[in-house]
Amino acid sequence: MSLINSGLDSAIAIAERRAGKFGAEFFTGRPQAMIERALMALRSSTWIIVASGFVEPVFYLMAFGLGLGKMIGNVAGIVDGSGNPVSYAAYIAPALLATSAMNGAIYDSTWNVFFKMHFGKLYQGILSTSMGTLDVALGEIGWALLRGLSYAIGFTGVITLIGGITGDHMIRSWWGVLAIFAAVLIAFGFASFGMAITSYLKSFQQMNWINFFLLPMFLFSGTFYPLSVYPEWVQSVIQALPLWQAIQLVRGLTLGNIDLALLGHALYFVVMIVGGLLFTTRRLRKLFLR
Amino acid sequence: MTSNTTMTWRGAKEIVNLRKATTWGAWFVAEYRLRNMSKWIGAIIAFGLGNPIMLLLSVGVGIGSLVDNGTSGNPIDGVGYLVFLAPALLASAAIQSAMDETTFPTLQGFVWDKSFFSMNSTQLRGRSIVSGIMIAAAIRCILTVFMFEAILMAFGAITWSSIPALTWSAIIVGLSFASVMLAATSFVKQDDGFFAIVGRFIIAPMFMFSGTYYPLEILPVPLQVVGWVSPLWHATDLGRHLSYGHPVEGWVLVVHYAYLVILYFVGHYVASRQFEKRLGA
Amino acid sequence: MTQDMIVARNLTKRYEDFIAVDGINFTVKRGEAFGLLGPNGAGKSTTMRMIASTSQRTSGDLEILGKDPNKKGPEIRAHLGVVPQQDNLDGELKVWENLYIYGRYFGLARKFVKAKIEELLAFAQLEEKRNAKTEALSGGMKRRLTIARALVNEPEILMLDEPTTGLDPQARHVLWDRLFRLKEQGVTLVITTHYMDEAEQLCDRLIVMDKGKIMAEGSPADLIRDYSSREVLEVRFGSARNAEVAESIKAIGDRQEILPDRILVYSDNGEAALKQIHALGFEPLTSLVRRSSLEDVFLRLTGRTLVD
Repeated sequence: MSLINSGLDSAIAIAERRAGKFGAEFFTGRPQAMIERALMALRSSTWIIVASGFVEPVFYLMAFGLGLGKMIGNVAGIVDGSGNPVSYAAYIAPALLATSAMNGAIYDSTWNVFFKMHFGKLYQGILSTSMGTLDVALGEIGWALLRGLSYAIGFTGVITLIGGITGDHMIRSWWGVLAIFAAVLIAFGFASFGMAITSYLKSFQQMNWINFFLLPMFLFSGTFYPLSVYPEWVQSVIQALPLWQAIQLVRGLTLGNIDLALLGHALYFVVMIVGGLLFTTRRLRKLFLR
Repeated sequence: MTSNTTMTWRGAKEIVNLRKATTWGAWFVAEYRLRNMSKWIGAIIAFGLGNPIMLLLSVGVGIGSLVDNGTSGNPIDGVGYLVFLAPALLASAAIQSAMDETTFPTLQGFVWDKSFFSMNSTQLRGRSIVSGIMIAAAIRCILTVFMFEAILMAFGAITWSSIPALTWSAIIVGLSFASVMLAATSFVKQDDGFFAIVGRFIIAPMFMFSGTYYPLEILPVPLQVVGWVSPLWHATDLGRHLSYGHPVEGWVLVVHYAYLVILYFVGHYVASRQFEKRLGA
Repeated sequence: MTQDMIVARNLTKRYEDFIAVDGINFTVKRGEAFGLLGPNGAGKSTTMRMIASTSQRTSGDLEILGKDPNKKGPEIRAHLGVVPQQDNLDGELKVWENLYIYGRYFGLARKFVKAKIEELLAFAQLEEKRNAKTEALSGGMKRRLTIARALVNEPEILMLDEPTTGLDPQARHVLWDRLFRLKEQGVTLVITTHYMDEAEQLCDRLIVMDKGKIMAEGSPADLIRDYSSREVLEVRFGSARNAEVAESIKAIGDRQEILPDRILVYSDNGEAALKQIHALGFEPLTSLVRRSSLEDVFLRLTGRTLVD
């Protein structure tokens, strides 16, 4: 049997490819292996759960847009890029897109990662191969983004369709196409930040605190109504939160209200991404390679 | 290594009172659950108070301002949005809290730590375990409802005199949905996304399409059907009637009560049967 | 290539308030089966994790294939196969997929991995289970799959942490047979165990560890010769009388160990020792003469039994 040491040194050669380069002790340039794994796991997972990810915002849109929309009419004080009034559905649709990008990314990077870290012992197994910690972090985040991208495309498709049927267009400008990419940027920010936080948490109780912060953020970030109902200081606090930034970015794009502030919101997420990744890599190293 | 310790030993025959143990079985189970719950009491209280405050400040004030603006001159049922909303939020919170005690912990007992099986190896039977779980769920539900009502009072969303009736309707719906979920969960072999699917396709739509945030009649008829099946809608309609006299015909009131009570007993009965079957298998 | 696969000098691992590994020295040579023996908490697993380059040492030196694991983790790990104490198979994937993706983690070409998997499935006797979910496997099968997975990169050093703990006797023998074949192929094995019979079966050389330190080093036969007698007589007198009888028979044999439930009499002739006890007028409830094992070595070195 020629099982062992058959003269093929490929694993070693591959591992040494980045030898001596910067960060060789935590990055070997193979995050795609994680994505390959995720695709494999997807094959044997329940498709309905995967598909259901994009049902939730659609339900919200129907419940709030259709129901509340009838009582509310157009949202006072809000106009689109061409100066037309904005219906309640068109007002909340971008917020729901941003929120679902956040929720998906947070789920993938917190609960999912937490489980694999502490119960499945998956990372322990992976990190005893020649994979580095940054490979794992980038791979997991990359997978979360692929999913986020497909949900964003799905949701945008649905609102375009509903808009076409009801005549109440929720995407008011071609800039709206960029909303899909904005959703991915937002997901990236939340995923890398979420993963950094998860790496510090030790128990499910602590994980519950994440929800404890997410719920109020969801409720208060101008998702369902303009911030103007609150006193100024409350508004400033909310404006510092990532979900408000995300909603402003997506809403600006779908309604066609394009200005420089959008760049600022995008930059917010770039900072979140870089900071999150830095922390995550350091923490993973500490956790698994200590 | 063993050390030389001697135990006092009188024997099970002497110290276990089988009759007492069988009669009060459900309460022993409830005690165990409440002990577990007491570890979370901080979180239960924080969430119990924080949840209504957040909902009232965001949905009540925020969406309320849009709705009151949109329906100006002709408010729903002639009351402010906050008053309209309060009974629905209360019933939702009752359902959520009671359900928390009958879903994940049930899977835990059967699958994760198998504590039901160790209970079943004492004199406890499946039906006592089910009753015990429901007792604990009821206590948690009552606690949550009281906290919620305190906050609603503070916001002026309900009146003092409506509290007994509202408490009653909230607890019935909490327990009836919790018992149905207990029955459903008792059939689950392993997680495999059961909760994710139920959460997304049953519970989330129920909270949204039960006339919670606006009168059910606003929706197209196919969506109204969701409301008719939903225990939450029955409780919400009932609650609005009890809270501020939202007009409901007498026979509809009977339907509301009957639906909720029947649902409870069906859930409890199915759960007991499945528990005994699964534990005895 | 170097003959010394692993060299540890004064290797130390300190966690916040305790020292898991306390300045140990050892060398593992190519093709050797090297054992780390000791009770739970002796520092075996920590040592293993440092060798596996998944744990950074606090001080001292460690070289694996001439490289420093603190600096070249991924490169060293490319040479290693790791079988952890608790199986960490990927529960979301099937048997074949587990092997495949593990190969991909090493960056191996798809074609190569696919061919390799067939060899590995045969080796682990899991050909019929290739499409099974991992949770459907028995304990022994999971263990074999974990070992097969560790071989996907054709490692030079295979590390096994308590490879047969929790397996039934038959499954253990199947596993020992597989490990023996690997050794014959020239793979260097590093094994931790608290089972004496396992260490005797598999290891050419071993270190006995306790409380982070090395208590003794040598081949199983050497250790038994140096630290124990040829035979051991085990006698029981019931927990109430044990200590009292021990006092009366303490002159018999080379040495004795008094445990709560029995007395071990070390002697080159166990039957003769038993006769002497009878001659003193004591009648043990049970008696047993056996050959000395590493268990006795450990008892001698630490005053404690291994499995407690």
